[in-house]
Amino acid sequence: MSDATAPREWRAWLTAEAPSSRLHARFVRAYATARIFLRNPLALAGLVLVLALLAVAAAAPLLAHDNPVAQDLTRRLKPPSAAFWFGTDELGRDIYTRILYGARITLGIVSLVVVIVAPIGLFVGCVAGYLGGMADAVLMRVTDVFLAFPRLILALAFVAALGPGIENAVIAISLTAWPPYARIARAETIVLRDSDFISAARLLGASPGRIVLLHVMPLCLSSVIVRVTLDMAGIILTAAGLGFLGLGAQPPSPEWGAMISAGRKFILDQWWVAAFPGLAICLVSLGFNLLGDGLRDVLDPKQR
Amino acid sequence: MTSAVAAARKRPTPPAIKFAGGALRLLGTVALTFFGLLLVTFLIGRVVPIDPVLAAVGDRAPIEVYQRVRTELGLDQPLYVQFYRYAAAVLSGDLGRSVLTSNPVLTDIKRFFPATFELATVATVLGVALGIPLGVIAAARQNRFLDQVIRVLGLLGYSVPVFWLGLMGLVLFYVHLDLVAGPGRLDVAYEDLVETRTGVILLDSALAGNWEVFRNAFAHVILPASILGYFSLAYISRMTRSLMIEQLRQEYIVTARVKGLSEGRVIWRHALGNVMVPLITVVALSYANLLEGSVLTETVFAWPGIGQYITNSLLSVDMNAVLGGTIVVGAVFVGLNLFSDLLYRVFDPRAR
Repeated sequence: MSDATAPREWRAWLTAEAPSSRLHARFVRAYATARIFLRNPLALAGLVLVLALLAVAAAAPLLAHDNPVAQDLTRRLKPPSAAFWFGTDELGRDIYTRILYGARITLGIVSLVVVIVAPIGLFVGCVAGYLGGMADAVLMRVTDVFLAFPRLILALAFVAALGPGIENAVIAISLTAWPPYARIARAETIVLRDSDFISAARLLGASPGRIVLLHVMPLCLSSVIVRVTLDMAGIILTAAGLGFLGLGAQPPSPEWGAMISAGRKFILDQWWVAAFPGLAICLVSLGFNLLGDGLRDVLDPKQR
Repeated sequence: MTSAVAAARKRPTPPAIKFAGGALRLLGTVALTFFGLLLVTFLIGRVVPIDPVLAAVGDRAPIEVYQRVRTELGLDQPLYVQFYRYAAAVLSGDLGRSVLTSNPVLTDIKRFFPATFELATVATVLGVALGIPLGVIAAARQNRFLDQVIRVLGLLGYSVPVFWLGLMGLVLFYVHLDLVAGPGRLDVAYEDLVETRTGVILLDSALAGNWEVFRNAFAHVILPASILGYFSLAYISRMTRSLMIEQLRQEYIVTARVKGLSEGRVIWRHALGNVMVPLITVVALSYANLLEGSVLTETVFAWPGIGQYITNSLLSVDMNAVLGGTIVVGAVFVGLNLFSDLLYRVFDPRAR
């Protein structure tokens, strides 16, 4: 076939009314979803920002001008210039370089929190929803207790107990972040529990564990993913807040919140020390929020 | 299913009893939540890598003294006994003594709380006054340009680190433009000029009729309150928008339009009127969230409120103060949640 007709064939294949196989059906669905998503300019902007964060974190050593922790007191507190795009801090470190490396820390924190939190929430919610009765009541009361707490203050108290540091900040945030996932997963599971395909699986002799793990959990994933994306900004802000208070990442680590905290002393004359890390936090959180908002419109038709 | 159950189902429960039942269940949940709060703070207190006995007797105390203090503090008892004592103490208002200020924690909190209350209240007033109209406008212009602008404005509110916005606000509005007063609640010259009655300076100075102090206090509160208020604006405008969109789809709206009512009347009177009840709960929730947001804002603005009390105590590992503050803020948080739930039940007949 010539080049001109190939894309059209692809499109016909991707928009087929009657998919020929399971894989084909998945492609058709993904294509339709992607088209709705791409029509939303704000969501697209969010996607670009998030991809930019990933790229910057991955390529930090290539993009950086300097070593993020190398001190040079001869050039301390220099304003933004061609050599130091975002200026230098009180120890003469290039702020642009530190922000690039800070992207790795931020990404590390959110990924760790999500990897800890999403499975716990998903599991608790699915088990509570599927089993019902006593198990449901107990698990949901525990969830309610955690939901009723102010998150940042609870995280503060946890960090106070565990001691400052980035690992403890991750643990503290995780301990306070899982309940919404359990709520969502439970709500989805209750809808799914009485559907025919679950009854069919049960009739085939599938154990409750198998049904929850292989039949219910995968279907809860899309709402959990939306929630994760919308939560990312909150996690980033909490982590930055802990860093700002001196309870998260410790110096000389180029964590954005800690960088703002350090820049606070120079805020009157050397505004750039605090301004640029804050701007970075802002852009990344906004990216996740825009993306999550768009994803919700696409993946969750109820909210449309 | 037995016939007794079926018969019971046929007989409708009187609404008053149903309401009381719902309220009771709600109170039960709240009691349970508070129990959980106590349990968590207790466990955090146990996990702390500081030996409370050593903290009390010092490093050089002989082993007999150490043992005696340990027994006195009840630390040789099993955990559940310790928890029982802890819970009993907290419920009778004894949150322990702060190491930093050497006052009972409850006394400290009573002193710091009005400042937070003042800040959060002004912020909520601002958030409501701007957030609700913005949400209504966004809903009326759904998916058009203005809606997108308001949407981004709201999402930005969810994305900006509050402490950073506070710092930048101080630099811009205080240092460069000199529009507002700096950190703290009052200029030194105005301190202790009015008698403390409520602890809320805006109220105290108004009651005393000292408008100069009032103006100074207002100049101090307006910037931190605007920054906190932005976050409640983000939340309130978003919730208002989605509630309004739901209402604007209803048939009574079509009826109102067909009747020939002006669009303004349809939106601001008919639709918004029906959204008011859920909005009250939204406002109560955002108020609760501000308590939390105030922790970071107070640090930036040297605002002597409960958030600053908690963080200062944290940095000097004053655990009684931290946990006491956590309990109080948690209790207020739970209380506000309960309050909004009850309001909802009272005002919305469907929730009964």
